[in-house]
Amino acid sequence: MSADAPAWEQRSTARVVSPVQPRKLAKVPFVELADGRLQGVVSSGSDIGRVYVSSVAAGTHTYDCSTNNNRPCGGLYGAPCKHLRLLVDEAVIQYGLDRVAGYLRAEVGDDGDLIGALGGGVERTPAAMVFSRFLRHLTYLELPGATTPVPELHWFPAGVAR
Amino acid sequence: MLAVQLSALLDGETPGVTETLDLVTGFDDALTHGLGRLGGDRAAALAALAGAVSASPLGDRAGEAVDKITAGSVAGDHLTALAGARTALLGAVHDALLARLDTALGRTRAAWEAAAAPAPAADHLLAAARSWLHELAITGWRGVDHDLVSASSQTVEALLAEPRLRRVAVLLDGLAAELAACCPIATAPRVPARRWADLWARAVLLAQGLPADPDPEQVSGRLLVLGVDVHEHGTAVQAQVHGLLEPAGGGAARLVRASVSAAKVDTITGPAVWRLLQAHPVLLGALAEHRSLDLTGMPLLASGDLLWHDDRAAAGEPADPFAVARVQLADALAPAVTPLDRHPVRIAEPVLLEGYTVDGEALVLDGHPLAVELDRLPRCGPLTPELVAASTACIGLVRWDAGRWSVQPLAVQATVKRKPVTAHAGDWALGPTDPKVVKAEAKAGDVVAVLRERAGRLLRK
Repeated sequence: MSADAPAWEQRSTARVVSPVQPRKLAKVPFVELADGRLQGVVSSGSDIGRVYVSSVAAGTHTYDCSTNNNRPCGGLYGAPCKHLRLLVDEAVIQYGLDRVAGYLRAEVGDDGDLIGALGGGVERTPAAMVFSRFLRHLTYLELPGATTPVPELHWFPAGVAR
Repeated sequence: MLAVQLSALLDGETPGVTETLDLVTGFDDALTHGLGRLGGDRAAALAALAGAVSASPLGDRAGEAVDKITAGSVAGDHLTALAGARTALLGAVHDALLARLDTALGRTRAAWEAAAAPAPAADHLLAAARSWLHELAITGWRGVDHDLVSASSQTVEALLAEPRLRRVAVLLDGLAAELAACCPIATAPRVPARRWADLWARAVLLAQGLPADPDPEQVSGRLLVLGVDVHEHGTAVQAQVHGLLEPAGGGAARLVRASVSAAKVDTITGPAVWRLLQAHPVLLGALAEHRSLDLTGMPLLASGDLLWHDDRAAAGEPADPFAVARVQLADALAPAVTPLDRHPVRIAEPVLLEGYTVDGEALVLDGHPLAVELDRLPRCGPLTPELVAASTACIGLVRWDAGRWSVQPLAVQATVKRKPVTAHAGDWALGPTDPKVVKAEAKAGDVVAVLRERAGRLLRK
C-alpha cells in the first residue's frame, strides 16, 4: 500500500460539501441557496422585531423583498434595495462568489459585481416559505445537546479539504 | 508508534480486504443507478454480495432479496437485508483491519461480551425514515432530485425533536444536505458512491430501531486526556475526547472516550462551535488547560464510551498529554467495539509518533511513510498543515479509508522560528488563545448569541 491518495469515489469520508465561511450574522442572520433561489432574512435596521425576507431567483434573476408579514419593502423601486444588496454581499462571503454566481447562473464581470449582474426586475414571491425555513433553522439552537456518542459522525470529520 | 510497528501495519495487504471491498463497490454502483431498474451486470453484483454472506444467518434473506429485486419487486425488507449484508462485509473488513492494527501496536483489546438485546418496539417516525431511504434506493443517486431530497425534511425535523432518535436524525440530516448540494445529481461529474452507500446502509439499520445499550458500569478514577477529535456537519458538532482512565481501585489503564455533541447551524463554525458545548465546562476546561480529571461514579459503556456527566468530574492536576502518551499509552487496555459500529470509518486508535521526518503529506518513520489527514485538522483549534509540517512529535488517531492507513493529528510538538511550540486540537475549548484569531472572532461578533437572540424574539411570537 502506498501513501498515494485513494480514489474519491471509494472514500467513506470523501468531502462533498465544503463548510461555509464564517461571517457576521448581526444584519443578515440567514442566507441559503435553496428552492432555485438565493434567499435569506435581513434584520431591520430600525425595528428590532422586524425582519425582511429577500430573494433572487436563479436563471431569471428576478428579485423580491418584503417583511415577514408580506408587506413590500419600501426601498424596492425597480432596483435591488439595501436588503437585497446586503443579502448578496453576505452570500458571497458565506459561499464564495463562484458558488453563488454559479447557482444563480449569473455572468459576473472582472469587477466581481454580482448584484449589478442581476437585472431581472421585481417579481413577487411569498415570503412565508423562506421565513418558515429561517424559523426551522433557528430551532436547531433550541435542541438539547447529547452526551451519548454519535458514532455516525465519524463519517463527518471537522476540517476543510485542502 | 515505533518504526517496526508502522512497518508491520503498512507492509503487505491484509488478506481478503480488496476482494471484499470489490463486492461492496459492486453494490454501491447498483445503488448509484437505482435498484428499481437493474441491468444484468448490476443484478450480478447484488447476487455476488448476497453470495458472500450465504453461509451466515443473513444468507437466506439476502439471497431472497436479490431474487425479488432482480425480478423487479422491491420491498422494504429486501432492502434491509441487502443493507445488512453490505454492513456485515464491511464489519468483517473492520475486524481484519483492527486486528492487524492491534497486532502491530501490541495493543490488548477487551472482547465484546454483552448478550444481544431484544429488538425495540416499532416506531412510526422510523417507518417514515425507512420509507424515504427505500425511495432513495429504488431511484438511485443519479435519479435523486430536489423533490426527493426535500421529501425527507419533515421526517428529519420530527426525528430531531426526539432525543432517543438523535443518531438517525443527525445522519439523515447530513445525508440530505449533501444530496441537496449536489442536485441535479444526474449531471454531476462524479458521485461519492462509497460514502453515500455507507450513509444509506447505516441509516437503514438505525431506522430498524436500536437495541438498548447494555447497562453501563460506574467508574471512578483519574482521566488523563490524550486529545480531542472533532466531528461536524452543517447542523451537528461532536467533540470526542480520547483519554486514559486509571481506575481508582488499581489495575491497567483503560482507553476511553467521552463524546459531547450539540445541534447547530452551518454559519456557526470555527472556534464558535465550542460555545455550543458550554454545558460541559469541566471537560472543556481539561482540554484547554491540559488537566487531568477526577471522575466519581461516571457511567462507562462496554464500548469504552463514558456517558459524560460534567458534575461527576472535577478538574485535577495539570497533565501533559505527550507525557501521558509516552508513559502509559503503550500498555493501555483498548475497549471492545460495539457490534453494530464495526465499520472501517470508526477505526480511530490513539498513538504517539516521534522522531519522524515530514515529507509532503506523510510522516516518514525510518523509511515508512504514513499519510497525514491534513483535511481533518478542525477549524476550531490551532492545528495547521504548517504546524504539522514543522512537527517532530504527534499524538494522533490511526485511521483507514479506501485502502490506505493514515494518521489524524490531535496534537503536535513542533519547532517554529527555532522555538518549541505545542498545539492541541482542544486548546481553544474555552475560547481562542491566538491573538489573531481572537481579533477575527471579535470582528465577526458572537454568532451564537446573535442567532439565539433572533430565535428568542421570532420563534415565540
